[in-house]
Amino acid sequence: MKIVIASGKGGTGKTTVATNLAFLLAREGLRVAYVDCDVEEPNGHLFLQPVIEREWPIEKPVPVVESQRCTQCGRCSKACRFGAIISLPQRTVVFPELCHACGGCQLACPAGAISEKGRRVGTVRAGYAGTIQFLGGELDIGQPMSPPVIRALKETPLEADLVFLDAPPGTSCPVVETLRGADMALLVTEPTPFGLYDLQLAIRLVRALSIPAAVIVNRVVKDGEPFLQWRQRLKQLPVPVWAEIPESRAIAEAYSSGTIIAQNVPEFARELQPVMHKLKASIDEGTCRHQW
Amino acid sequence: MKVVVTAQGTTLDSPVDPRFGRAATFLLVDTETLEAVAHENTAAGEPQGAGTQAARAVIMLGPQAVITGHVGPRAFAVFQAAGIPIFLAERGTVREAIAAFKAGQLALADHPNV
Repeated sequence: MKIVIASGKGGTGKTTVATNLAFLLAREGLRVAYVDCDVEEPNGHLFLQPVIEREWPIEKPVPVVESQRCTQCGRCSKACRFGAIISLPQRTVVFPELCHACGGCQLACPAGAISEKGRRVGTVRAGYAGTIQFLGGELDIGQPMSPPVIRALKETPLEADLVFLDAPPGTSCPVVETLRGADMALLVTEPTPFGLYDLQLAIRLVRALSIPAAVIVNRVVKDGEPFLQWRQRLKQLPVPVWAEIPESRAIAEAYSSGTIIAQNVPEFARELQPVMHKLKASIDEGTCRHQW
Repeated sequence: MKVVVTAQGTTLDSPVDPRFGRAATFLLVDTETLEAVAHENTAAGEPQGAGTQAARAVIMLGPQAVITGHVGPRAFAVFQAAGIPIFLAERGTVREAIAAFKAGQLALADHPNV
């Protein structure tokens, strides 16, 4: 089962939730994989400290034009929405950094003048953190597009009952690429107006992709009118809340030293228990309970 | 000679559009007769690649030079590949830009300026 840990807002605790769930479920004997899809700023390895066994470069295919064959008909330029291939009266210019590697120009070319060449965009690393299979991607500096690296991560074979995909923040292409094909999404938010607003965006995204979702609220201070009001608004959203992790000095200290919090703070592990039960039940059923 | 001026409207008295890729209109102007034909910039609304697509559209109009305010690195590269010079005019009307161009008062862009 593939579970994406996502959020609209950044810094809500996606990596914290993903690495700790992976740790706790692996400790119970499940075959667990953790995949860091936040390839622009990967952090999961800092918490899990995996031993990397293999590392390989990721390339994206970009067009190469054979000028002898090119008739300057311009169909490649018309096919490319991103302006990455520009057919001029005398020559055709390719902008690899604009290319989304869709292959459309190659299909559109009636002269067979376009072939593809790999262009390095990032790295994938694979290893183990204890029994947890670890996969992490990292986009090269200066590369504007992360989906090819995320795609490469998702195409790497894993042997696991549960795969946690740690998504980047936001709701744009890298997040869509991470979510595609997932069995469910755990949306991590925080009890602020910003957390709630961005959560609504994330809910709209997972609904558009027909992926069931549940919410984990992080850094909750339960007493007090502001939180109660916030929770009222959260309850109006069409997603179940699976956990509320309290704001706590012990959790913050364990986090800031880059450790697996559940290893040192029992209170934190306890808050994630309901989530673990629901995930295990979903594996047993072979499906996710909550459907749109 | 024929030049393309980026414009905010469709006539010679429209203000120059200082942006290249997201300019509203490309005005193809004959500098001798001042005959002007307006072409909508259909690339202006593209989320990405407006500059390169706009540059291609302009080149296909067959001008010998382009007059605009600011041109990005990729559009600049396209014009270089096509061998078409870019002259800089940020303010005033298209008519004024053409007059300044003919008087040799417009600077030639030798690098992208966005």
